[in-house]
Amino acid sequence: MTGNSPAVVSASKLDLTFQTNDGPVRALSNVDLTIGKGEFVSFIGPSGCGKTTLLRVIADLEKPTSGTISVNGMTPEQAREKRAYGYVFQAAALFPWRTIERNVALPLEIIGLSQAEQAERIKRTMELVNLSGFEKKYPWQLSGGMQQRASIARALAFDADLLLMDEPFGALDEIVRDHLNEQLLDLWGRTNKTICFVTHSIPEAVYLSTRIVVMSPRPGRVTDIIESTLPSKRPLDIRETPEFLAIAARVRDGLRAGHSYDD
Amino acid sequence: MRFPNHSWQTWIVLPFAGLLAFLFASMNGVPSAPPPYGTLSGGVAIALVLISTLAANYTSNRLLEAVFLFAGAHGAAFFLLAGIKGHEGTAGPAYYLLLASAWLLAWRCVTILSGRRATARPMSIALRLIIPAIFGAWILIIWEAVTRGAGIPFILLPPPSAIGARIANSLPILGSDVRQTIFKAVLIGYVVGNLAGFVVAILADRVPFLRRGLLPIGNMVSALPIIGVAPIMVMWFGFDWPSKAAVVIIMTFFPMLVNTVAGLAASGHMERDLMRTYASGYWPTLLKLRLPAAMPFIFNALKINSTLALIGAIVAEFFGTPVVGMGFRISTEVGRMNIDMVWAEIAVAALAGSVFYGVVALIERAVTFWHPSVRGG
Repeated sequence: MTGNSPAVVSASKLDLTFQTNDGPVRALSNVDLTIGKGEFVSFIGPSGCGKTTLLRVIADLEKPTSGTISVNGMTPEQAREKRAYGYVFQAAALFPWRTIERNVALPLEIIGLSQAEQAERIKRTMELVNLSGFEKKYPWQLSGGMQQRASIARALAFDADLLLMDEPFGALDEIVRDHLNEQLLDLWGRTNKTICFVTHSIPEAVYLSTRIVVMSPRPGRVTDIIESTLPSKRPLDIRETPEFLAIAARVRDGLRAGHSYDD
Repeated sequence: MRFPNHSWQTWIVLPFAGLLAFLFASMNGVPSAPPPYGTLSGGVAIALVLISTLAANYTSNRLLEAVFLFAGAHGAAFFLLAGIKGHEGTAGPAYYLLLASAWLLAWRCVTILSGRRATARPMSIALRLIIPAIFGAWILIIWEAVTRGAGIPFILLPPPSAIGARIANSLPILGSDVRQTIFKAVLIGYVVGNLAGFVVAILADRVPFLRRGLLPIGNMVSALPIIGVAPIMVMWFGFDWPSKAAVVIIMTFFPMLVNTVAGLAASGHMERDLMRTYASGYWPTLLKLRLPAAMPFIFNALKINSTLALIGAIVAEFFGTPVVGMGFRISTEVGRMNIDMVWAEIAVAALAGSVFYGVVALIERAVTFWHPSVRGG
């Protein structure tokens, strides 16, 4: 059974070059990475460092130029066909012609679950993201934070063990973001999912992760991998502790080392 | 003299009315002066303009002011039109001054009504109907007054009252024309043409060689004056409605094809990536994402086609038809100098076209309720 394999994602010597009008752009260069089950891994780096591209390679939305990658012991394409992961985009990407409830039901309809099972899963995931009572609203009737929570509910609805999140809170204000970070940690603790989380916020990465992957651009590569020593129970004010600040400092050093500031 | 509610329209009306009263008074006993209108009705009209102007200026209630202006403007117009009937072509300056005064009062009335913010819902619906109704009524009043006042030859432009009388007297003929042209040629052609355009758009989306080969040709053909094929269609499909439906099909096909193809490309990258992460196949993605996202484009085509279909069917009948149909009636009655019948057909076509367009627009609002242009924000 591939699900029992300890490595959820395993990549080695991953390379990806985009052919653009301005010539080839090396988005990923020689990336080696293993993510175990139940981990919360953040990818952090400046824009253009390939963190989103790496997430898209895991999701089979991009194909690597060379190197190998496996997801749940399969190729990313097989994993995608088996709906091995839920993906949360930078924007909520909810369909405006569907109510929140029908948006959450979208993957369930495509998978072909029965009405009864759909209703049960919608109820459960809406509770999980604290959106109960908003089932019949349309996306454009909700705030940005609520829309993004609905899109997380949609990614959770079909019970994939792996959650891929691409700067999901990047467009939200600080207060909403803190709140959603807290809720996400809580959700991760309750569901025991593996989460890959792309961000460019150092406090967010340190607060959430068990492991932080620091990346740098031109070409996109991994410069440091930091194991978090923070306890699994993390109240928001853990961000003022010396331990937290020490990890944040190390992330910042890693980012600085990888970035040549020549431009 | 202080006017609490002065506005530039009513300021102009007052000297107008004074000048007019002078012209009207001096007319008596001056045989060379042209009789502007029936003597009694002219006096009543002037009195109405003056009274309503003064009353409107001294009332403190805006709604009452609008009511005074409405009554004055339309009362004066009524007496003006009643007076000129039977004296066509004899109008002098007093007649046009009076018409201009009444029109200014109606303008002021609409200005007041447009500025009102209705709180209750029935009131706001009433306002939404009354304002365009007054506007439209004045187009007809000025048309009627000028054609009769200046004695414009009937053959060039008949007054609207004559067209109205013609419509009322020829309902059976108009009814059979509408049945022939709209319920057969237009509706059948519209449904078949739109369906064909839609199906071919889906096929072109699915089959790459159709997309690359057919669409450039489709864009080229849609620029051709397709109405030119009408005589050919008559030769192929005969004189009855099928040849007209064929013209409508050809005319509506390409707008639907081009719009649907554009609409199918309208969904965002993120949404399509999302469907990909669910391993969604072509058809689920089409039905759940791409078609709903294409709906604003498809309804655009449906609205364009609703007017194109009507034009196509009417003009196609010019090239041969049985002795019924709106295009047939227009082309034969213009030859018989029955211009009022031509205008009657035009009025019926305009009404039918508006209803058609309105129904499509209402369905659009229900289907694309989620689109920012409909939900408003």
